[in-house]
Amino acid sequence: MINKLSIIASITLGVLAVTTSLQTHSAEVESLRGASELDRNSSAPEHKRYAKDGRPIARDYVQQPPLIPHKIDNYRINLKSNKCLSCHSWKNYREAGATKISQTHFEDRDKHVLANVSARRYFCTQCHVPQVNAPALVENEFEPITAISGE
Amino acid sequence: MNSNKSTECNIICRLWEKLKKPSLRYSLGALLAVGFVAGIIFWGGFNTAMEMTNTEEFCISCHEMRDNVYEEYKQTIHYTNRTGVRATCPDCHVPKEWQHKIVRKIKASNELLHKALGTIDTREKFEAKRLELAGNVWKAMKKTDSRECRNCHDFEFMDFGEQGRRAVSQHSTALDEDKTCIDCHKGIAHELPDMHSIDPTGVIGSN
Repeated sequence: MINKLSIIASITLGVLAVTTSLQTHSAEVESLRGASELDRNSSAPEHKRYAKDGRPIARDYVQQPPLIPHKIDNYRINLKSNKCLSCHSWKNYREAGATKISQTHFEDRDKHVLANVSARRYFCTQCHVPQVNAPALVENEFEPITAISGE
Repeated sequence: MNSNKSTECNIICRLWEKLKKPSLRYSLGALLAVGFVAGIIFWGGFNTAMEMTNTEEFCISCHEMRDNVYEEYKQTIHYTNRTGVRATCPDCHVPKEWQHKIVRKIKASNELLHKALGTIDTREKFEAKRLELAGNVWKAMKKTDSRECRNCHDFEFMDFGEQGRRAVSQHSTALDEDKTCIDCHKGIAHELPDMHSIDPTGVIGSN
């Protein structure tokens, strides 16, 4: 009997605790993008645009995959075609005036060199990303080392 | 044998005999006027009927077009864009000038045949044929110097100052090398076929 009572008591306490905690937190949610009221529609953030086209962007650290300095809207990468390689492959980069893909992209995980782009390097946007005109969400003081920045 | 044929004239030959004789009942003016009006009605009706086959609604009234190429095109800039100016199916796939348009329309009878045969009536059949079908369009566009693209996109009126770095360098060399739009702009309105046979270095897999 005592056992049953204690179970019921603990359940009621638990439910109470959950409801009070929900009440205190239902007012608003805080995130890096600011506070938003849960019971209201938040206004849509400003639409960010990809940089249309620019010069290559310098790397910030040694192993950084170079950023994509242009828009890639509707560029498909699938088993039938890869729009990136139509300019950045070793066959096409001269004519396209593009940067050629790194030699490392022909290696499989055991460092065997293949005759074509390795499957693990084929999906370009896994590592290489285009940039939008968005300010950094968090301030930081990161500086590239002189060997990279040249300053 | 010969005399027998001339006496027992069939319906076509009798009509021909009648057509050969000059009219005795109607004036030349009346015949000309009736012929003129009938000509306008026939010609107008013919062109109206042809234009009815030149609309997006007509193209996607077949599921082969609606479920495959049209769905893909809906994701592209020629369907939806900043200013809402669109290029619909016939804008790119049917020539504007009459003499070229009528040739294309006659060639389209082959498409009717394959519609009846059900050559691409499933997604799988369409995918299997995609390289061949895309190749046909590329070949046609290469032959006509991308005539249908140039109805809107004319090199003469392109302001390179408004274009991005890549576009300027590509378009200015293309002008010198007599390249045509389709040489580079493949797969802009529909998905590409398996490009292995076109450029093996551009697709996954060994050469």
